[in-house]
Amino acid sequence: MKLKTLTSMVVALSAGALLAACQVDKAPDSVSGYTFATKDTQAMQDDNFSNPAMLWVGIGEEEWIKKDGSAGKSCASCHGGAKPGSDEEGMYAIDPVLDTSGGATKISMKGVATKYPIFDKASKKPMVLEERINLCRTKNMKAKAWKWESDQMMGTTMLVKMQSRGMPIMSTADQASSPLNGAWKAGMKFFNERRGQMDMACKNCHDDYPGTRIRANMLTQAQVNGFPTFRLKWQKPGTIHRRYAGCNKMVRAKHFKRGSNEYKNLEVYMTWRSRGLKVETPAVRN
Amino acid sequence: MKYSKILSTTFVFALTCAAAFGVQAASYKVVGETIPQSLTGKAGDPANGRAVAIHRQKGNCLACHQMPIPEQQFHGEVGPPLHDVGSRMKAGELRLRVVDPKVLDKDSIMPGFLNAKHNLAQKKWAGKSMLSAQEIEDVVAYLLTLKGSYTK
Ligand code: HEC
Ligand code: HEC
Ligand code: HEC
Repeated sequence: MKLKTLTSMVVALSAGALLAACQVDKAPDSVSGYTFATKDTQAMQDDNFSNPAMLWVGIGEEEWIKKDGSAGKSCASCHGGAKPGSDEEGMYAIDPVLDTSGGATKISMKGVATKYPIFDKASKKPMVLEERINLCRTKNMKAKAWKWESDQMMGTTMLVKMQSRGMPIMSTADQASSPLNGAWKAGMKFFNERRGQMDMACKNCHDDYPGTRIRANMLTQAQVNGFPTFRLKWQKPGTIHRRYAGCNKMVRAKHFKRGSNEYKNLEVYMTWRSRGLKVETPAVRN
Repeated sequence: MKYSKILSTTFVFALTCAAAFGVQAASYKVVGETIPQSLTGKAGDPANGRAVAIHRQKGNCLACHQMPIPEQQFHGEVGPPLHDVGSRMKAGELRLRVVDPKVLDKDSIMPGFLNAKHNLAQKKWAGKSMLSAQEIEDVVAYLLTLKGSYTK
Protein backbone atom coordinates (compact mmCIF):
# COMPACT_ATOMS: atom_id res chain seq x y z
CA MET A 1 0.00 0.00 0.00
CA LYS A 2 1.18 3.49 -0.81
CA LEU A 3 2.36 5.58 2.08
CA LYS A 4 0.05 8.40 1.12
CA THR A 5 -3.12 6.31 1.24
CA LEU A 6 -1.99 4.83 4.50
CA THR A 7 -1.46 8.26 6.05
CA SER A 8 -4.81 9.52 4.90
CA MET A 9 -6.38 6.38 6.29
CA VAL A 10 -4.73 6.92 9.63
CA VAL A 11 -5.92 10.52 9.64
CA ALA A 12 -9.44 9.45 8.79
CA LEU A 13 -9.37 6.78 11.44
CA SER A 14 -8.14 9.04 14.21
CA ALA A 15 -10.67 11.68 13.23
CA GLY A 16 -13.30 8.97 13.60
CA ALA A 17 -11.96 8.00 16.98
CA LEU A 18 -11.99 11.62 18.08
CA LEU A 19 -15.56 12.01 16.94
CA ALA A 20 -16.51 8.86 18.80
CA ALA A 21 -14.84 10.16 21.93
CA CYS A 22 -16.82 13.40 21.77
CA GLN A 23 -20.11 11.58 21.46
CA VAL A 24 -21.62 9.72 24.35
CA ASP A 25 -20.90 6.06 23.99
CA LYS A 26 -24.17 4.17 24.11
CA ALA A 27 -24.60 0.43 24.30
CA PRO A 28 -26.75 -0.56 21.33
CA ASP A 29 -30.35 -1.51 22.16
CA SER A 30 -29.93 -0.84 25.85
CA VAL A 31 -33.05 0.36 27.63
CA SER A 32 -33.66 1.17 31.24
CA GLY A 33 -35.68 -1.13 33.48
CA TYR A 34 -38.04 1.83 33.70
CA THR A 35 -39.32 1.05 30.20
CA PHE A 36 -40.60 -2.35 31.32
CA ALA A 37 -42.22 -1.13 34.53
CA THR A 38 -45.97 -0.64 34.88
CA LYS A 39 -47.42 2.85 34.43
CA ASP A 40 -48.11 3.02 38.16
CA THR A 41 -44.54 2.15 39.07
CA GLN A 42 -43.20 4.67 36.56
CA ALA A 43 -45.44 7.38 37.96
CA MET A 44 -44.28 6.56 41.46
CA GLN A 45 -40.65 6.97 40.39
CA ASP A 46 -41.26 10.14 38.39
CA ASP A 47 -42.77 12.13 41.20
CA ASN A 48 -40.36 12.93 44.03
CA PHE A 49 -43.29 13.25 46.39
CA SER A 50 -44.60 9.76 45.73
CA ASN A 51 -41.24 8.04 45.25
CA PRO A 52 -40.86 5.99 48.45
CA ALA A 53 -37.05 6.06 48.12
CA MET A 54 -37.09 9.77 48.91
CA LEU A 55 -37.40 8.85 52.56
CA TRP A 56 -33.88 7.45 52.30
CA VAL A 57 -32.64 10.40 50.32
CA GLY A 58 -33.83 12.44 53.28
CA ILE A 59 -31.66 10.30 55.55
CA GLY A 60 -28.77 10.97 53.16
CA GLU A 61 -29.40 14.70 53.40
CA GLU A 62 -29.26 14.56 57.17
CA GLU A 63 -26.03 12.57 57.05
CA TRP A 64 -24.55 14.97 54.52
CA ILE A 65 -24.52 17.84 56.95
CA LYS A 66 -23.94 15.85 60.15
CA LYS A 67 -20.47 16.17 61.65
CA ASP A 68 -19.15 12.74 62.53
CA GLY A 69 -15.79 11.25 63.44
CA SER A 70 -12.74 12.65 65.19
CA ALA A 71 -11.90 15.10 62.38
CA GLY A 72 -15.10 16.94 63.25
CA LYS A 73 -16.23 17.18 59.66
CA SER A 74 -19.34 16.49 57.65
CA CYS A 75 -19.52 15.67 53.95
CA ALA A 76 -20.65 19.24 53.46
CA SER A 77 -17.43 20.56 55.03
CA CYS A 78 -15.55 19.45 51.96
CA HIS A 79 -18.17 18.97 49.29
CA GLY A 80 -20.61 21.82 49.81
CA GLY A 81 -23.97 21.89 51.45
CA ALA A 82 -27.10 19.98 50.76
CA LYS A 83 -30.07 22.23 50.91
CA PRO A 84 -33.04 20.28 52.08
CA GLY A 85 -36.42 21.86 51.85
CA SER A 86 -35.45 24.78 49.62
CA ASP A 87 -37.22 25.54 46.37
CA GLU A 88 -38.44 22.50 44.50
CA GLU A 89 -35.85 22.53 41.79
CA GLY A 90 -32.91 22.52 44.12
CA MET A 91 -34.55 20.38 46.69
CA TYR A 92 -32.20 17.48 46.59
CA ALA A 93 -29.27 19.33 45.10
CA ILE A 94 -25.93 19.59 46.78
CA ASP A 95 -24.92 23.11 45.96
CA PRO A 96 -21.34 24.14 46.70
CA VAL A 97 -22.32 27.80 46.63
CA LEU A 98 -24.62 27.40 49.56
CA ASP A 99 -22.03 25.87 51.83
CA THR A 100 -21.22 27.95 54.85
CA SER A 101 -19.28 25.46 56.89
CA GLY A 102 -15.94 26.93 55.90
CA GLY A 103 -14.36 23.81 54.38
CA ALA A 104 -11.49 24.19 51.95
CA THR A 105 -11.99 22.79 48.45
CA LYS A 106 -15.55 22.14 47.45
CA ILE A 107 -15.71 19.08 45.30
CA SER A 108 -19.06 18.94 43.55
CA MET A 109 -20.95 15.67 43.31
CA LYS A 110 -22.38 16.51 39.90
CA GLY A 111 -21.52 13.83 37.36
CA VAL A 112 -19.66 11.73 39.92
CA ALA A 113 -22.01 8.76 39.69
CA THR A 114 -21.59 8.48 35.91
CA LYS A 115 -18.00 7.30 36.19
CA TYR A 116 -18.20 4.68 38.92
CA PRO A 117 -16.87 2.01 39.48
CA ILE A 118 -13.41 3.55 39.15
CA PHE A 119 -10.05 1.83 39.38
CA ASP A 120 -8.48 2.11 42.81
CA LYS A 121 -4.74 2.33 42.43
CA ALA A 122 -4.05 1.41 46.05
CA SER A 123 -5.88 -1.94 45.99
CA LYS A 124 -5.54 -2.42 42.22
CA LYS A 125 -9.23 -3.30 42.22
CA PRO A 126 -12.44 -1.64 41.16
CA MET A 127 -13.86 0.82 43.66
CA VAL A 128 -17.61 1.24 43.70
CA LEU A 129 -19.36 4.37 44.96
CA GLU A 130 -20.22 2.87 48.34
CA GLU A 131 -16.53 2.20 48.94
CA ARG A 132 -15.58 5.72 47.85
CA ILE A 133 -18.01 7.18 50.34
CA ASN A 134 -16.65 4.96 53.10
CA LEU A 135 -13.14 6.05 52.20
CA CYS A 136 -14.15 9.64 52.85
CA ARG A 137 -15.66 8.58 56.14
CA THR A 138 -12.66 6.67 57.41
CA LYS A 139 -9.87 8.78 55.89
CA ASN A 140 -11.27 12.27 55.67
CA MET A 141 -13.69 12.28 58.58
CA LYS A 142 -11.99 9.70 60.80
CA ALA A 143 -15.43 8.21 61.28
CA LYS A 144 -16.61 4.60 61.23
CA ALA A 145 -17.35 3.04 57.87
CA TRP A 146 -21.02 2.51 57.15
CA LYS A 147 -22.42 -0.96 56.56
CA TRP A 148 -23.05 -1.71 52.88
CA GLU A 149 -26.80 -1.74 53.12
CA SER A 150 -27.34 0.61 56.06
CA ASP A 151 -29.95 3.33 55.66
CA GLN A 152 -27.18 5.94 55.92
CA MET A 153 -25.12 4.37 53.17
CA MET A 154 -28.02 3.83 50.80
CA GLY A 155 -29.43 7.26 51.51
CA THR A 156 -26.11 9.00 50.95
CA THR A 157 -25.36 6.95 47.82
CA MET A 158 -28.75 7.91 46.44
CA LEU A 159 -28.22 11.56 47.26
CA VAL A 160 -24.83 11.55 45.53
CA LYS A 161 -26.19 9.68 42.50
CA MET A 162 -29.13 12.06 42.25
CA GLN A 163 -26.67 14.83 41.46
CA SER A 164 -26.08 12.97 38.17
CA ARG A 165 -29.74 12.30 37.40
CA GLY A 166 -30.31 12.52 33.66
CA MET A 167 -26.62 12.27 32.85
CA PRO A 168 -25.37 9.32 30.77
CA ILE A 169 -23.37 6.53 32.38
CA MET A 170 -19.83 6.30 31.03
CA SER A 171 -17.52 3.33 30.81
CA THR A 172 -14.53 2.38 28.71
CA ALA A 173 -13.74 -0.72 30.76
CA ASP A 174 -13.96 -2.88 27.63
CA GLN A 175 -10.79 -1.34 26.26
CA ALA A 176 -7.51 -3.14 26.79
CA SER A 177 -5.92 0.13 27.86
CA SER A 178 -8.40 0.58 30.73
CA PRO A 179 -7.12 -0.43 34.16
CA LEU A 180 -10.60 -1.86 34.70
CA ASN A 181 -10.30 -4.20 31.76
CA GLY A 182 -9.39 -7.24 33.87
CA ALA A 183 -12.40 -6.67 36.11
CA TRP A 184 -14.59 -6.16 33.03
CA LYS A 185 -13.50 -9.50 31.61
CA ALA A 186 -14.10 -11.30 34.90
CA GLY A 187 -17.51 -9.62 35.18
CA MET A 188 -18.45 -10.61 31.64
CA LYS A 189 -17.50 -14.21 32.37
CA PHE A 190 -19.63 -14.17 35.51
CA PHE A 191 -22.59 -12.76 33.57
CA ASN A 192 -22.40 -15.41 30.88
CA GLU A 193 -21.62 -18.41 33.05
CA ARG A 194 -24.36 -20.91 33.81
CA ARG A 195 -24.69 -21.65 37.49
CA GLY A 196 -26.87 -23.18 40.16
CA GLN A 197 -29.20 -26.16 40.16
CA MET A 198 -31.21 -24.46 37.41
CA ASP A 199 -28.06 -24.01 35.38
CA MET A 200 -28.79 -20.50 34.17
CA ALA A 201 -26.58 -17.53 33.42
CA CYS A 202 -27.59 -13.92 33.93
CA LYS A 203 -27.46 -13.75 30.16
CA ASN A 204 -30.15 -16.40 29.71
CA CYS A 205 -32.76 -14.15 31.29
CA HIS A 206 -31.49 -10.61 30.86
CA ASP A 207 -29.88 -10.72 27.39
CA ASP A 208 -32.11 -13.36 25.81
CA TYR A 209 -35.60 -12.56 27.14
CA PRO A 210 -36.09 -8.94 28.18
CA GLY A 211 -39.68 -7.82 27.67
CA THR A 212 -40.93 -11.36 28.32
CA ARG A 213 -42.90 -12.48 31.33
CA ILE A 214 -41.35 -15.10 33.57
CA ARG A 215 -44.34 -16.10 35.66
CA ALA A 216 -45.71 -12.72 36.86
CA ASN A 217 -42.43 -10.81 36.40
CA MET A 218 -41.57 -8.82 33.31
CA LEU A 219 -37.90 -9.49 32.54
CA THR A 220 -35.71 -6.45 31.92
CA GLN A 221 -32.17 -6.09 30.65
CA ALA A 222 -30.93 -5.73 34.24
CA GLN A 223 -29.44 -2.30 33.72
CA VAL A 224 -27.67 -0.58 36.58
CA ASN A 225 -28.84 2.99 36.04
CA GLY A 226 -31.48 3.13 38.79
CA PHE A 227 -29.54 1.77 41.76
CA PRO A 228 -29.94 1.81 44.69
CA THR A 229 -33.54 1.13 43.70
CA PHE A 230 -36.62 1.00 45.83
CA ARG A 231 -38.13 -2.41 45.28
CA LEU A 232 -41.82 -2.73 46.02
CA LYS A 233 -41.36 -6.40 46.88
CA TRP A 234 -38.73 -5.51 49.50
CA GLN A 235 -40.62 -2.42 50.66
CA LYS A 236 -37.24 -0.74 50.94
CA PRO A 237 -34.31 0.20 48.75
CA GLY A 238 -31.54 -2.23 47.94
CA THR A 239 -28.10 -2.02 46.40
CA ILE A 240 -27.24 -3.66 43.13
CA HIS A 241 -25.19 -6.25 45.01
CA ARG A 242 -28.31 -7.27 46.88
CA ARG A 243 -30.00 -7.82 43.52
CA TYR A 244 -27.06 -9.90 42.30
CA ALA A 245 -27.35 -12.10 45.37
CA GLY A 246 -31.10 -12.42 44.86
CA CYS A 247 -30.75 -13.48 41.23
CA ASN A 248 -28.01 -15.96 42.18
CA LYS A 249 -30.25 -17.53 44.80
CA MET A 250 -33.23 -17.60 42.45
CA VAL A 251 -31.46 -20.14 40.25
CA ARG A 252 -30.26 -21.96 43.37
CA ALA A 253 -26.67 -20.88 42.91
CA LYS A 254 -24.14 -19.77 45.50
CA HIS A 255 -24.21 -16.08 46.16
CA PHE A 256 -21.42 -13.75 47.17
CA LYS A 257 -21.07 -11.03 49.76
CA ARG A 258 -22.03 -7.44 49.07
CA GLY A 259 -18.79 -5.72 48.15
CA SER A 260 -17.08 -8.98 47.15
CA ASN A 261 -14.62 -8.93 44.27
CA GLU A 262 -17.00 -11.10 42.27
CA TYR A 263 -19.83 -8.58 42.53
CA LYS A 264 -17.56 -5.58 42.02
CA ASN A 265 -16.26 -7.10 38.79
CA LEU A 266 -19.83 -7.84 37.75
CA GLU A 267 -20.74 -4.23 38.46
CA VAL A 268 -17.88 -3.05 36.24
CA TYR A 269 -19.14 -5.20 33.37
CA MET A 270 -22.79 -4.35 33.91
CA THR A 271 -22.03 -0.63 34.14
CA TRP A 272 -20.32 -0.88 30.75
CA ARG A 273 -23.43 -2.67 29.48
CA SER A 274 -25.47 0.31 30.75
CA ARG A 275 -23.24 2.96 29.23
CA GLY A 276 -25.18 5.81 27.69
CA LEU A 277 -28.29 5.17 29.80
CA LYS A 278 -29.25 8.07 32.01
CA VAL A 279 -28.82 7.86 35.75
CA GLU A 280 -32.30 7.65 37.27
CA THR A 281 -31.48 6.90 40.90
CA PRO A 282 -33.49 6.32 42.97
CA ALA A 283 -35.60 4.15 40.70
CA VAL A 284 -38.70 2.23 41.73
CA ARG A 285 -39.06 -1.36 40.60
CA ASN A 286 -41.47 -4.21 41.20
CA MET B 1 -22.87 -30.57 10.34
CA LYS B 2 -21.29 -31.23 13.68
CA TYR B 3 -24.53 -30.70 15.57
CA SER B 4 -26.51 -33.33 13.70
CA LYS B 5 -23.61 -35.72 14.09
CA ILE B 6 -23.77 -35.24 17.83
CA LEU B 7 -27.48 -35.87 17.78
CA SER B 8 -27.25 -39.05 15.77
CA THR B 9 -24.64 -40.46 18.09
CA THR B 10 -25.93 -42.41 21.01
CA PHE B 11 -24.99 -41.32 24.47
CA VAL B 12 -25.31 -43.19 27.68
CA PHE B 13 -25.54 -41.22 30.86
CA ALA B 14 -25.52 -42.61 34.32
CA LEU B 15 -26.99 -40.27 36.86
CA THR B 16 -27.58 -40.39 40.52
CA CYS B 17 -30.71 -38.58 41.46
CA ALA B 18 -31.97 -36.21 44.04
CA ALA B 19 -31.42 -37.48 47.52
CA ALA B 20 -34.21 -35.09 48.53
CA PHE B 21 -36.66 -36.87 46.29
CA GLY B 22 -35.52 -40.37 47.09
CA VAL B 23 -32.18 -41.76 45.99
CA GLN B 24 -32.36 -43.61 42.73
CA ALA B 25 -30.09 -44.13 39.80
CA ALA B 26 -31.37 -43.43 36.35
CA SER B 27 -29.46 -44.18 33.20
CA TYR B 28 -30.80 -43.23 29.86
CA LYS B 29 -29.94 -43.33 26.21
CA VAL B 30 -30.38 -40.43 23.85
CA VAL B 31 -31.32 -41.65 20.40
CA GLY B 32 -31.54 -38.87 17.85
CA GLU B 33 -33.75 -36.25 19.47
CA THR B 34 -35.42 -38.66 21.85
CA ILE B 35 -35.01 -40.75 24.97
CA PRO B 36 -37.15 -43.69 23.83
CA GLN B 37 -37.01 -45.74 27.05
CA SER B 38 -38.85 -44.93 30.25
CA LEU B 39 -36.45 -43.75 32.96
CA THR B 40 -38.01 -46.02 35.58
CA GLY B 41 -39.92 -48.72 33.74
CA LYS B 42 -42.96 -47.65 35.71
CA ALA B 43 -45.87 -45.94 33.96
CA GLY B 44 -46.17 -42.22 34.58
CA ASP B 45 -49.04 -40.79 36.61
CA PRO B 46 -50.47 -37.80 34.74
CA ALA B 47 -52.29 -36.40 37.80
CA ASN B 48 -49.06 -36.25 39.75
CA GLY B 49 -47.29 -34.91 36.65
CA ARG B 50 -49.68 -31.99 36.58
CA ALA B 51 -49.02 -31.30 40.25
CA VAL B 52 -45.26 -31.45 39.68
CA ALA B 53 -45.54 -29.07 36.72
CA ILE B 54 -47.35 -26.55 38.93
CA HIS B 55 -45.18 -26.96 42.05
CA ARG B 56 -42.94 -23.91 42.40
CA GLN B 57 -40.15 -25.85 44.11
CA LYS B 58 -40.26 -28.68 41.57
CA GLY B 59 -41.25 -28.38 37.90
CA ASN B 60 -42.40 -24.77 38.04
CA CYS B 61 -43.07 -25.11 34.32
CA LEU B 62 -45.57 -22.25 34.61
CA ALA B 63 -42.68 -19.87 35.18
CA CYS B 64 -41.95 -20.13 31.46
CA HIS B 65 -44.90 -21.86 29.79
CA GLN B 66 -48.57 -21.22 29.37
CA MET B 67 -50.47 -24.41 30.11
CA PRO B 68 -54.12 -25.43 30.36
CA ILE B 69 -54.05 -24.95 34.13
CA PRO B 70 -56.67 -22.24 34.61
CA GLU B 71 -56.64 -22.22 38.41
CA GLN B 72 -53.09 -20.85 38.38
CA GLN B 73 -52.54 -17.18 37.59
CA PHE B 74 -49.68 -15.60 35.67
CA HIS B 75 -48.29 -18.17 33.28
CA GLY B 76 -44.87 -17.21 31.89
CA GLU B 77 -44.15 -16.58 28.22
CA VAL B 78 -40.47 -17.48 27.92
CA GLY B 79 -41.19 -20.81 26.21
CA PRO B 80 -44.00 -21.84 23.85
CA PRO B 81 -47.51 -22.65 25.16
CA LEU B 82 -47.86 -26.35 25.88
CA HIS B 83 -51.60 -26.81 25.26
CA ASP B 84 -51.07 -29.12 22.30
CA VAL B 85 -47.67 -30.75 22.90
CA GLY B 86 -49.35 -34.10 23.42
CA SER B 87 -50.50 -34.13 19.82
CA ARG B 88 -47.26 -32.69 18.44
CA MET B 89 -44.63 -34.64 20.34
CA LYS B 90 -44.06 -38.27 21.24
CA ALA B 91 -43.13 -39.55 24.70
CA GLY B 92 -39.46 -39.97 23.74
CA GLU B 93 -39.18 -36.41 22.50
CA LEU B 94 -40.90 -35.01 25.57
CA ARG B 95 -38.68 -37.07 27.83
CA LEU B 96 -35.47 -35.71 26.31
CA ARG B 97 -36.91 -32.19 26.39
CA VAL B 98 -37.46 -32.43 30.15
CA VAL B 99 -34.35 -34.47 30.99
CA ASP B 100 -31.81 -32.45 29.03
CA PRO B 101 -32.99 -29.68 26.69
CA LYS B 102 -29.40 -28.60 26.07
CA VAL B 103 -28.92 -31.62 23.81
CA LEU B 104 -31.39 -29.91 21.49
CA ASP B 105 -30.06 -26.37 21.92
CA LYS B 106 -27.00 -25.72 24.01
CA ASP B 107 -28.14 -22.13 24.62
CA SER B 108 -31.58 -23.09 25.92
CA ILE B 109 -32.74 -21.40 29.10
CA MET B 110 -34.80 -24.44 30.08
CA PRO B 111 -33.24 -26.44 32.92
CA GLY B 112 -32.41 -30.12 32.54
CA PHE B 113 -34.61 -31.57 35.22
CA LEU B 114 -32.59 -34.76 35.76
CA ASN B 115 -29.26 -32.99 35.85
CA ALA B 116 -27.49 -33.49 39.18
CA LYS B 117 -24.08 -32.06 38.28
CA HIS B 118 -24.07 -28.30 38.54
CA ASN B 119 -21.71 -25.41 38.51
CA LEU B 120 -21.73 -23.37 41.74
CA ALA B 121 -24.98 -24.74 43.14
CA GLN B 122 -26.18 -23.75 46.59
CA LYS B 123 -25.17 -26.40 49.14
CA LYS B 124 -28.77 -27.29 49.72
CA TRP B 125 -29.25 -28.31 46.08
CA ALA B 126 -25.81 -29.52 45.08
CA GLY B 127 -25.77 -33.03 43.65
CA LYS B 128 -29.55 -33.16 43.47
CA SER B 129 -31.66 -33.06 40.35
CA MET B 130 -34.70 -30.79 40.23
CA LEU B 131 -37.01 -33.75 39.63
CA SER B 132 -36.70 -37.44 40.30
CA ALA B 133 -36.82 -39.91 37.41
CA GLN B 134 -40.36 -40.94 38.34
CA GLU B 135 -41.51 -37.32 38.57
CA ILE B 136 -40.23 -36.81 35.04
CA GLU B 137 -42.14 -39.88 33.86
CA ASP B 138 -45.24 -38.39 35.53
CA VAL B 139 -44.71 -35.03 33.82
CA VAL B 140 -44.24 -36.73 30.45
CA ALA B 141 -47.44 -38.73 30.99
CA TYR B 142 -49.23 -35.48 31.79
CA LEU B 143 -47.82 -33.65 28.74
CA LEU B 144 -49.06 -36.50 26.53
CA THR B 145 -52.62 -35.70 27.64
CA LEU B 146 -52.33 -32.10 26.33
CA LYS B 147 -54.09 -32.24 22.99
CA GLY B 148 -56.05 -29.04 23.03
CA SER B 149 -55.24 -25.77 21.35
CA TYR B 150 -53.91 -22.57 22.75
CA THR B 151 -56.33 -19.73 23.36
CA LYS B 152 -55.35 -16.73 25.38
C1 HEC C 1 -12.01 16.37 54.80
C2 HEC C 1 -12.67 16.56 53.54
C3 HEC C 1 -13.69 15.55 53.10
C4 HEC C 1 -14.79 15.10 53.77
C5 HEC C 1 -15.23 15.42 55.16
C6 HEC C 1 -15.48 14.23 52.84
N1 HEC C 1 -14.81 14.15 51.67
FE1 HEC C 1 -15.38 13.20 50.02
N2 HEC C 1 -13.69 13.72 49.09
C7 HEC C 1 -12.73 14.57 49.61
C8 HEC C 1 -11.67 14.74 48.66
C9 HEC C 1 -10.41 15.57 48.85
C10 HEC C 1 -12.03 13.99 47.53
C11 HEC C 1 -11.29 13.85 46.22
C12 HEC C 1 -10.25 12.82 46.34
C13 HEC C 1 -9.63 12.55 45.04
O1 HEC C 1 -9.71 13.38 44.14
O2 HEC C 1 -9.11 11.46 44.91
C14 HEC C 1 -13.29 13.36 47.84
C15 HEC C 1 -13.98 12.54 46.97
C16 HEC C 1 -15.26 12.09 47.19
C17 HEC C 1 -16.02 11.33 46.25
C18 HEC C 1 -15.55 10.91 44.87
C19 HEC C 1 -15.63 12.03 43.90
C20 HEC C 1 -15.17 11.64 42.54
O3 HEC C 1 -15.19 12.51 41.67
O4 HEC C 1 -14.81 10.46 42.32
C21 HEC C 1 -17.23 11.08 46.82
C22 HEC C 1 -18.38 10.32 46.19
C23 HEC C 1 -17.20 11.66 48.14
N3 HEC C 1 -16.00 12.26 48.33
C24 HEC C 1 -18.26 11.59 49.03
C25 HEC C 1 -18.16 12.03 50.32
C26 HEC C 1 -19.20 11.82 51.30
C27 HEC C 1 -20.53 11.15 51.03
C28 HEC C 1 -18.75 12.36 52.46
C29 HEC C 1 -19.44 12.34 53.80
C30 HEC C 1 -19.84 11.01 54.27
C31 HEC C 1 -17.44 12.91 52.20
N4 HEC C 1 -17.12 12.68 50.90
C32 HEC C 1 -16.67 13.56 53.14
C33 HEC C 1 -12.76 15.16 50.82
C34 HEC C 1 -13.71 14.96 51.79
C1 HEC D 1 -34.34 -16.93 35.76
C2 HEC D 1 -34.16 -15.62 35.23
C3 HEC D 1 -33.09 -14.72 35.84
C4 HEC D 1 -31.75 -14.96 35.89
C5 HEC D 1 -31.00 -16.19 35.40
C6 HEC D 1 -31.18 -13.77 36.45
N1 HEC D 1 -32.14 -12.86 36.75
FE1 HEC D 1 -31.86 -10.93 37.33
N2 HEC D 1 -33.85 -10.65 37.42
C7 HEC D 1 -34.80 -11.60 37.11
C8 HEC D 1 -36.11 -11.04 37.31
C9 HEC D 1 -37.43 -11.78 37.09
C10 HEC D 1 -35.92 -9.71 37.75
C11 HEC D 1 -37.00 -8.67 38.06
C12 HEC D 1 -37.47 -8.10 36.75
C13 HEC D 1 -36.33 -7.55 35.96
O1 HEC D 1 -35.82 -6.45 36.27
O2 HEC D 1 -35.84 -8.25 35.03
C14 HEC D 1 -34.48 -9.49 37.78
C15 HEC D 1 -33.89 -8.27 38.09
C16 HEC D 1 -32.54 -8.03 38.03
C17 HEC D 1 -31.93 -6.73 38.24
C18 HEC D 1 -32.65 -5.41 38.52
C19 HEC D 1 -32.91 -4.59 37.29
C20 HEC D 1 -33.52 -3.24 37.59
O3 HEC D 1 -33.81 -2.49 36.64
O4 HEC D 1 -33.72 -2.89 38.75
C21 HEC D 1 -30.58 -6.91 38.12
C22 HEC D 1 -29.52 -5.84 38.26
C23 HEC D 1 -30.36 -8.31 37.85
N3 HEC D 1 -31.56 -8.96 37.79
C24 HEC D 1 -29.13 -8.89 37.69
C25 HEC D 1 -28.93 -10.24 37.45
C26 HEC D 1 -27.63 -10.86 37.41
C27 HEC D 1 -26.32 -10.14 37.62
C28 HEC D 1 -27.82 -12.18 37.15
C29 HEC D 1 -26.78 -13.27 37.07
C30 HEC D 1 -26.05 -13.49 38.30
C31 HEC D 1 -29.24 -12.38 36.99
N4 HEC D 1 -29.89 -11.19 37.20
C32 HEC D 1 -29.83 -13.60 36.67
C33 HEC D 1 -34.58 -12.86 36.61
C34 HEC D 1 -33.33 -13.42 36.42
C1 HEC E 1 -36.70 -21.05 32.46
C2 HEC E 1 -37.74 -21.27 31.52
C3 HEC E 1 -38.31 -22.67 31.32
C4 HEC E 1 -38.77 -23.54 32.28
C5 HEC E 1 -38.74 -23.37 33.78
C6 HEC E 1 -39.31 -24.65 31.56
N1 HEC E 1 -39.17 -24.47 30.22
FE1 HEC E 1 -39.81 -25.73 28.76
N2 HEC E 1 -39.03 -24.49 27.33
C7 HEC E 1 -38.47 -23.26 27.58
C8 HEC E 1 -38.08 -22.67 26.31
C9 HEC E 1 -37.42 -21.31 26.12
C10 HEC E 1 -38.46 -23.57 25.30
C11 HEC E 1 -38.26 -23.39 23.77
C12 HEC E 1 -37.11 -24.20 23.27
C13 HEC E 1 -35.78 -23.79 23.86
O1 HEC E 1 -35.43 -22.60 23.78
O2 HEC E 1 -35.11 -24.65 24.41
C14 HEC E 1 -39.05 -24.71 25.99
C15 HEC E 1 -39.57 -25.82 25.33
C16 HEC E 1 -40.29 -26.80 25.95
C17 HEC E 1 -40.96 -27.88 25.26
C18 HEC E 1 -41.01 -28.07 23.76
C19 HEC E 1 -42.23 -27.34 23.26
C20 HEC E 1 -42.35 -27.26 21.77
O3 HEC E 1 -43.40 -26.83 21.33
O4 HEC E 1 -41.39 -27.60 21.07
C21 HEC E 1 -41.56 -28.65 26.21
C22 HEC E 1 -42.40 -29.89 25.98
C23 HEC E 1 -41.27 -28.07 27.49
N3 HEC E 1 -40.49 -26.95 27.30
C24 HEC E 1 -41.70 -28.56 28.69
C25 HEC E 1 -41.38 -28.04 29.93
C26 HEC E 1 -41.79 -28.62 31.18
C27 HEC E 1 -42.62 -29.86 31.31
C28 HEC E 1 -41.27 -27.85 32.16
C29 HEC E 1 -41.37 -28.05 33.66
C30 HEC E 1 -40.98 -29.35 34.14
C31 HEC E 1 -40.55 -26.76 31.52
N4 HEC E 1 -40.65 -26.92 30.17
C32 HEC E 1 -39.90 -25.75 32.19
C33 HEC E 1 -38.28 -22.68 28.81
C34 HEC E 1 -38.57 -23.26 30.03
